Amino acid sequence: MKKLSKTTRSNLITYAIVVIAFLAVQGMDAAGRVSSSLRGQLVPICVYICMAVSLNLTVGILGELSLGHAGFMSVGAFTGVIVSMSLSFLPGAVRLLLAIVVGGMMAALAGFIVGVPVLRLQGDYLAIVTLAFGEIIKNLLNNIYVGVDGRGLHFSGKDAASLGLQEGTVLINGPMGAVGIQKQSTFLAGFLLVLLVLTVTLNLIRSRSGRAIMAVRDNRIAAESVGINVTKYKLMAFVTSASMAGMSGALYALNYSSVLPKKFDFNTSILVLVFVVLGGMGNIRGSIIAATVLTILPEALRAVNDYRMLLYAIVLILVMLVSHNPVLENTWNQVKGRLAFWKKPEETRKGGGIDG
Amino acid sequence: MNLLLNTINGISLGSIYAIIALGYTMVYGIAKMLNFAHGDVIMVGAYICFCTMSYLSLPPAIGVVLAMLVCTVLGIIIERLAYKPLRAAPSLAVLITAIGVSYFLQNAALLIWKSDPKVFTSVLDGVPGLELFGGQLRVTAVTIVTILSNIVIMLALTTFTGKTRTGKAMRAVSEDKGASQLMGIDVNRTISLTFAIGSGLAAIAGVLLCSAYPTLMPTTGSMPGIKAFTAAVLGGIGSIPGAMLGGILLGVIEIFARAYISTQLSDAIVFTVLIVVLLIRPTGLLGKKITEKV
Amino acid sequence: MARERTKMVPMPSTSIIPERDLYKLPVLETRHLGIDFGGLTAVENFDITIGRTEISGLIGPNGAGKTTVFNLLTKVYKPTRGTILLNGQDTAGMDAVQVNKAGIARTFQNIRLFSNLTVEDNVRIGLHNSVQCGMFSSILRLPRHWASEREAHERALELLSIFNMQDLANHEAGSLPYGAQRRLEIVRALATKPSLLLLDEPAAGMNPSETAELMENIRKIRDTFQIAVLLIEHDMNLVMGICEGIAVLNYGKIIAKGTPEEIQSNPQVIEAYLGKQKEDGV
Repeated sequence: MKKLSKTTRSNLITYAIVVIAFLAVQGMDAAGRVSSSLRGQLVPICVYICMAVSLNLTVGILGELSLGHAGFMSVGAFTGVIVSMSLSFLPGAVRLLLAIVVGGMMAALAGFIVGVPVLRLQGDYLAIVTLAFGEIIKNLLNNIYVGVDGRGLHFSGKDAASLGLQEGTVLINGPMGAVGIQKQSTFLAGFLLVLLVLTVTLNLIRSRSGRAIMAVRDNRIAAESVGINVTKYKLMAFVTSASMAGMSGALYALNYSSVLPKKFDFNTSILVLVFVVLGGMGNIRGSIIAATVLTILPEALRAVNDYRMLLYAIVLILVMLVSHNPVLENTWNQVKGRLAFWKKPEETRKGGGIDG
Repeated sequence: MNLLLNTINGISLGSIYAIIALGYTMVYGIAKMLNFAHGDVIMVGAYICFCTMSYLSLPPAIGVVLAMLVCTVLGIIIERLAYKPLRAAPSLAVLITAIGVSYFLQNAALLIWKSDPKVFTSVLDGVPGLELFGGQLRVTAVTIVTILSNIVIMLALTTFTGKTRTGKAMRAVSEDKGASQLMGIDVNRTISLTFAIGSGLAAIAGVLLCSAYPTLMPTTGSMPGIKAFTAAVLGGIGSIPGAMLGGILLGVIEIFARAYISTQLSDAIVFTVLIVVLLIRPTGLLGKKITEKV
Repeated sequence: MARERTKMVPMPSTSIIPERDLYKLPVLETRHLGIDFGGLTAVENFDITIGRTEISGLIGPNGAGKTTVFNLLTKVYKPTRGTILLNGQDTAGMDAVQVNKAGIARTFQNIRLFSNLTVEDNVRIGLHNSVQCGMFSSILRLPRHWASEREAHERALELLSIFNMQDLANHEAGSLPYGAQRRLEIVRALATKPSLLLLDEPAAGMNPSETAELMENIRKIRDTFQIAVLLIEHDMNLVMGICEGIAVLNYGKIIAKGTPEEIQSNPQVIEAYLGKQKEDGV
C-alpha cells in the first residue's frame, strides 16, 4: 500500500496546484490585480493545459509521436461552434457544455478514423502520418461552409452563397473560419475542463488499461506475449487523447468572436508538443506547468516585442541542450541520490540486498 | 497538350521537392533525426540570393554561389551548436531542438528582412523558354533548369556516395556509427559534411523555388519543407533514389490535383496519397523493411 | 481403370513423455513445424510432444534455431509449415495475443521487461486478462475498479512471493539486478496462467548458487501450478538436473530426443557440440 499512497500523494499535489492557482487568480482578479492582457490569457492557458495533458497521453504514456494534435482541436472547435450557435435558444452555460461534449465526441470519432490505419505504423512514419492528417483536416475545414436558418443546418463544400440560406447566418465560412461567434467560454469553465481532463488522464494512467498502454510503450513484443491487444490499447489512448483535444478546441473557439482554420495548423501542434517535452514525457504535472509558463512567456516578453519570438526560440534550444547535457545530468542524479538517501535510507540499499 | 504541360510542371515542382527531400533524407540516414529546420535553410538561401541580386546588383550566378556558401556554413554551424551536443539524447529532444532552430531562423529572418513579402526576380530573368508544337506548348527556362539541376544533383550524389571514399564513409556511418568509428572513420566530420551538402542543396532549392514562385517571406520555407519531408518519407526516408522518386511523384500529384480536381483541396489530396502509400508500404516506396529481432 | 497408388511416407519417431502424463492430453504437440527466412530454412521438421507436467529442455549450439522455435510457438513469427497443437487445439491463424490466452507464456533471451514500471506493475500487466476491469469503470473509479485493483495487488504479491520478491514490489523493474530481472520475467509470464511456460535461457548471467536456486524454483512452479515447462539453456548442469526429456537442435533440425542420460551419451549430440571426433587410436 506504500506505493499507492506515494502516487496518490503526487496526484493530490497536482490537483492542489491547479485548484490553488485558480483560487489565487480569482482572488487577484477580485482585488483588481490582474492585468487585462493576463485576463485575456486565462482561457487560452486552460485550453493549452488541456491540450498538453491530452497530448502527453499519446506521446508520453503511449509513446507515439503525434504531430497533428491541433487537427483534433480544430474538429472540436468547429463542431463546438456549430452546436453552440445553432442552439441559440438555450442558456449560455448549457450551450457551452453541449458544445464541449459534442466537440469532444466528434474529435474522438476523428481520432478513431485516423487511429485505425495510422497506429499500425511505427516511429517516425507514424509521426509523419499524424502530421499529414493534421494538414488534411485543416485543408478540409478551409473548404467547409455551414449556415443555419429557420429550417436547420446547411452544409456546402463550395461557397457561402450555395448554402441557400433564408435569412439565416453563416457559421463556418471556408477559409474565413467560424464567424460571428457569441463568446461563452469563461475562466471557470476552463478550470472545470482542466480538472476533468486531469481526472480522466490520471485515473486512466493508474488503472488496468493505463498499465496496458504503458506496457505497449515499454515493450510491444513483451506486451503481446502476456496477452495484451496492442492495437486496442493504442487506439484507446489515441482516441481518448483526441477527444480531450476536441473538448479544449470547443472551449477555445467559443472564447473568440471568430476563429480561422489556419489557427489549428502544424505550428499549433508543435507548440503543444513543446509543452509536453519541456514538461517531461509522461509527467502530467510538468505539462500543466510548462503549458502555463510558455503561454505567459511570450506575453511577458512583450517589453522586448521585436525579439520575443527569437528569445523564445533561444530559450527552447538552450533548455533542450542544458537538460540533456550528460555532465549536468550526472550531477543532478547524484544530488537526487543524496536527497533520497537522506530522506529514505531503506530504499538506497536496494542494489546489494536483492541477489544475496 | 495541357496534360503534357501539367506533367512537365509537375516534374519541375517535384524536382524542387526532391532537392529539398535529399537534404532531409541524407540527414535522417546519417543522424537519424528529422531536421525540421531544413525548410528554413531554403528560405535563408533565397534571401541571400535576393539580397545579392537586388541590393548589390551582382549577377544571379554570384547570388546562387553566395547563397550556397552561406547555407553550407549555416548548416555546419547549426549542427555543431544545436545538434551535436544532443547526439546521445532521445530523438524527441533532438526534434524539439530542431523546431527551436526553425523558429530561430524564421524570427531572425523576420527581424532582418521584415515581414513584407519580397518579389524575387528569377535568376533566369530574360532567358527565353522553350516553345514546342508551334507555340502551343510553352515551357519556361526556370522549369527546364530546375529539372536539369535535379538530374545533375541526383547523378552527382549517387556517384559521390557510391564511388568516393568520403561517400562510402557516409554510408558506413549511416549503417552503424560505432562500427564506423572503430574502422577509423571520423564520424563527426562525416555528419558535418552531410549537413553541409544538405544545406548547400537547400540553397539551390530555395533559389529555384523562388524563381518559379516569386514571393519571398520568412515563412516561405515551411510548407515546401513539410511537403519535401513528406516526399522523403513517401520515397522511403534514408534512401537517396527514394527522395528523388518521392519528390517528383509528390510534385506531379500536386499539380494534377490542382489542375483536374480542386485547387483548394490539393494539399489534402497530396497528404492522402502519402497515407495510402504508407499503409500499403509502411516504410515508403524504396525504404528498407525493418524487422525487430526477438 | 488403374487404381492410383497412395504415396506413403514415414512418420517422425514418436516422442517420449513422463509416464505420469501418459493418459493426459499432451500440452504441446508440433508436427513438421518449420520456417524459412527468404528461402533459407531456419527450422525444419520440428516434431516434439510435451507432457502435461513435463519439464523439458531444448538445447543445441548457438544459432541452431532454438529461439526461433520459441518465436514460432508464440507466433512472433508465422510458421511456414507444420502444425502446432496446444492442448489439442490447432493454433493456426492465432496471433501472439491469442496464443498467450490459449496457454503459452514465455520469457525472453534478451530481457524484455516494462523497465520504466515497477516490479508490481509488471506482474499486474501479466494479470491483464485474468483480472478484468473496463476503461470507463477505471476512469469513473467505480467500485469495480477498486475491487479489481485490490485483487491484482494481492495476486501480484502472491506470485512475487514464489521468488521471494515481494519486498521489491515498488522498485523500478529496469533498476533490478540481472538475475532478479530474469526471475521477474518468469513471474510475469506465470501471471498469465499458462499451461506451458517457455523459458529462454533463464539461468544466463546467474552464478552457480543462483542457478541451483532457480532449478528448485522451476520444479516448485511445475508442482504448484501443475504446468509444463520447456526451457532453452546452455548451462548443462541445469538442463541435465531438471529436464525430464530433452531435444537437441542443430542447424534447425532435431538431431536427438531422449532422457538426459540418453542425450549425454548420444554420439551425434557430442559431435554437434564438440565437432567430429577422430576414430579411436588414430
